[in-house]
Amino acid sequence: MASQALIKDFEELLGKENVFSSEADRMSYSYDSAVLPPVMPSLVIRPTTREQLSACVKKLYDNGIPMTVRGSGTNLSGGTIPDKSDTVVILTTGLNRILEINTNDLYAVVEPGVITAQFAAAVEKKGLFYPPDPGSQAVSTLAGNIAENAGGLRGLKYGVTKDYVMGIEFIDATGATVKSGSRTVKCVTGYNLAGLIVQSEGTLGVISEAVLKLVPPPKASKACMAVFDDVQHAADAVAGIIAAHVLPCTLEFLDNNTIVRVDDYTKAGLPREAGAILLIEVDGHPAQVADDAAAVEKVLKENKATAVHIPKDAEEKFKLWEARRAALPVLARCRPTTVLEDATVPRSQIPAMVKAVNDIAAKYRLDVGTFGHAGDGNLHPTFLCDKRDKDEFSRVEEAIDEMFDVAIKLKGTLSGEHGIGTAKSKWMEKETSRGTILFSQRLRRALDPKGLLNSTKLVGI
Amino acid sequence: MTTLHELAQRLMTLDDRITDCMKCGMCQAVCPMYGATGMEADVARGKLALIDNLAHEMLKNPAAVADKLGRCLLCGSCQAACPPGVKILEVFMEAREIVNEFLGLHPVKKMIFRTLLPHPELFNFAMRVGAPMQGLVFRKSGDAQGTVCAPFLNFMLGDRHIHPLAKTPIHARYGALDEPRRAGGLKVAFFPGCVGDKMYTDMTEACLKVLRHHGVAVFMPAGLTCCGIPALSSGDVTGMLGQLQANVRALKGGDFDYLLSPCGSCTATIKEYWPRYAHRMGTGEEGFVKKMADMAMDINAFLVDVLKVTAAQPRADAVSVTYHDSCHLKKSLGVASQPRTVINANPAYKLTEMAEADRCCGCGGSFNLFHYDHSRKIGQRKRDNVVASGAKIVAAGCPACMMQLEDVLSHNNDAVRVKHTVELYAESLN
Repeated sequence: MASQALIKDFEELLGKENVFSSEADRMSYSYDSAVLPPVMPSLVIRPTTREQLSACVKKLYDNGIPMTVRGSGTNLSGGTIPDKSDTVVILTTGLNRILEINTNDLYAVVEPGVITAQFAAAVEKKGLFYPPDPGSQAVSTLAGNIAENAGGLRGLKYGVTKDYVMGIEFIDATGATVKSGSRTVKCVTGYNLAGLIVQSEGTLGVISEAVLKLVPPPKASKACMAVFDDVQHAADAVAGIIAAHVLPCTLEFLDNNTIVRVDDYTKAGLPREAGAILLIEVDGHPAQVADDAAAVEKVLKENKATAVHIPKDAEEKFKLWEARRAALPVLARCRPTTVLEDATVPRSQIPAMVKAVNDIAAKYRLDVGTFGHAGDGNLHPTFLCDKRDKDEFSRVEEAIDEMFDVAIKLKGTLSGEHGIGTAKSKWMEKETSRGTILFSQRLRRALDPKGLLNSTKLVGI
Repeated sequence: MTTLHELAQRLMTLDDRITDCMKCGMCQAVCPMYGATGMEADVARGKLALIDNLAHEMLKNPAAVADKLGRCLLCGSCQAACPPGVKILEVFMEAREIVNEFLGLHPVKKMIFRTLLPHPELFNFAMRVGAPMQGLVFRKSGDAQGTVCAPFLNFMLGDRHIHPLAKTPIHARYGALDEPRRAGGLKVAFFPGCVGDKMYTDMTEACLKVLRHHGVAVFMPAGLTCCGIPALSSGDVTGMLGQLQANVRALKGGDFDYLLSPCGSCTATIKEYWPRYAHRMGTGEEGFVKKMADMAMDINAFLVDVLKVTAAQPRADAVSVTYHDSCHLKKSLGVASQPRTVINANPAYKLTEMAEADRCCGCGGSFNLFHYDHSRKIGQRKRDNVVASGAKIVAAGCPACMMQLEDVLSHNNDAVRVKHTVELYAESLN
């Protein structure tokens, strides 16, 4: 636990209701959504203004106390688990105001702790669109999305979080305020530090404000579901759709294991024999949506889709997506522990990757279901196990090691959207290079000379 | 159970169910308590982690865990939204029982749950003595909801604006009611619940009127008492079983097709918790309790699903009514469309949906007694949504929610009145 003097100082600065020092409270900030051992912090603080945030960071820096920044704690790679027992957790959830939604200039200014889905809803109310939609959007914070460069279902057409960051204000390790980017589309004032902070996983600074890009919403959309005997045919169809110059806003994939389990659970009458299902949605101007949908249907049929379902109305469309929405919950209910991975490969390599995942699972006698974002090659092989069974869990770890080897060989990446944290740091060098690690560490040491910010995450310091 | 190790071993019986939590944190989006405090230990993921740590002897402070467990409305919003389907309420109820057994039950709770509530004659006597006295300490709040408050009892009751106790409770008006079945007609056992018996008697009378109108005979025995949920929520299974035993005694021998209640919480308790705990009475009456659970039905569901009450075309001058989904009705029993139909069954009313209609009102039964400040804060969000809907009346299918709605609306000096759905329907019947 932190010293009484430090607790008292923070209580004076933030108010007692924003300083959590009891063992039970600290314990509830010892984990995030990653399947990793918990580490209990020495104190948890929740600043509610930017001034308080920078004063907190400065105080911790001056006292040489390590810090881990945390939003809603939905990180899947351990990025918000404290590094050591003397770490202080800084919560950003007390800074949760939307400061501006500018409908003329198409941007919004937000504090770090604004909840993604609430922000998207507020933007929608003003007639605009914020596309990034990570799976945790109902609870995740925008600064957490930025720090992890979160993706979601709309990546192929709309991009990911980094594509919507126009500017960031952050507090550096010493407590100083740094600004980069602006409310303008163009801005080349100084280094692109905002770009550096995106995906930095809380290792380079603490985000205190962000300017986010908004876009006009699509006027129409159309969805369909296609069934394939073979994963290869589904992948050919995905390639065909892109080759036909159609960019669907979502292009989702479910493998046979996932289809069968979802059908077992929902009794939705899914094609249990299918090798894969693709769920596709195109959006835009009504005329273009009609053209694109026709083009997609043609490509699907040319690529041996055994069935193509096109919903007639909103209700049918909602039902169609049920299979995808149910994928993770259903897989999660199969076994006590759910290890959700996000290995990503070039989209042409999806069949090879799916086959490799299934072969590896068979080799290590493991249960796995794979679903994900076929449009951008971002798969979610989901290993179903019981972490209390040490033998089984060590097989899961070996299987994941092998799976990453395959992903890298296929010119893919360790992580499409979940981040490195501590969960994947050991594979970093394999995908990148020794030089990358050293460069990143030198960068960190220069910006955080005492090594206090999330020290064990990413490349370490 | 005297050592922490023994406590931990008892808690390990929950391990399989706690391990199902994948720590995704989606419960944060729906938890009313987390919405009010933003503290991880207040949301299901945090509480499950704390129980887990106590079970694995990583944490050695059961009082702290008990305190955190108490900061929960048991509304079940988390469970209804939980991706891996963790049986959160079951775990919380059992953890409360185990931890409270270790720490000991508060003597006042012990007296209420184990002496007063299992003996309805004592409970009824105490409340009947109390009712005429309320004029001495309570005064009218002067609001549209007709609540009373007790400034002199602020130290005990807080600044609550509550519905006054009825001068004559339902059980005193009807005694043991056992109407004969009409030829070929239905007969129901009616479970008014404590609040329906002693406080919202207009609601109960409306229910009885509606049943009469539809030719449904009613069995309402004299010995009914509390459904048991307050005792169970406090971890007092002994008290809950005493109350269950009293209710079983009262219901046995009755001839009826359904067991109806106007209280979503009572109905959910009868349906879910009675059968789960019946074997612990040790009386071999599990079969009867299971039958009661199968027969239990919310009165709105009965009106719509069994009696086929349908929505009417609203009149041109229909008054707009908004509906609050009680947690136990929607999230435990899956009753959501029927209460809305019941409102619309009266052409004098038309339904206007509020935002977040199914977000918890913040009452949570005894939660309101121990965490009134949080309860009010959660209630304020509900109040804001009610008022924003522009409706003149807010209807609910649970008297506990009605108490909470009256309290928050009264404190805000709002003109919106609070009604049970069946009261609105009953107005259209003569």
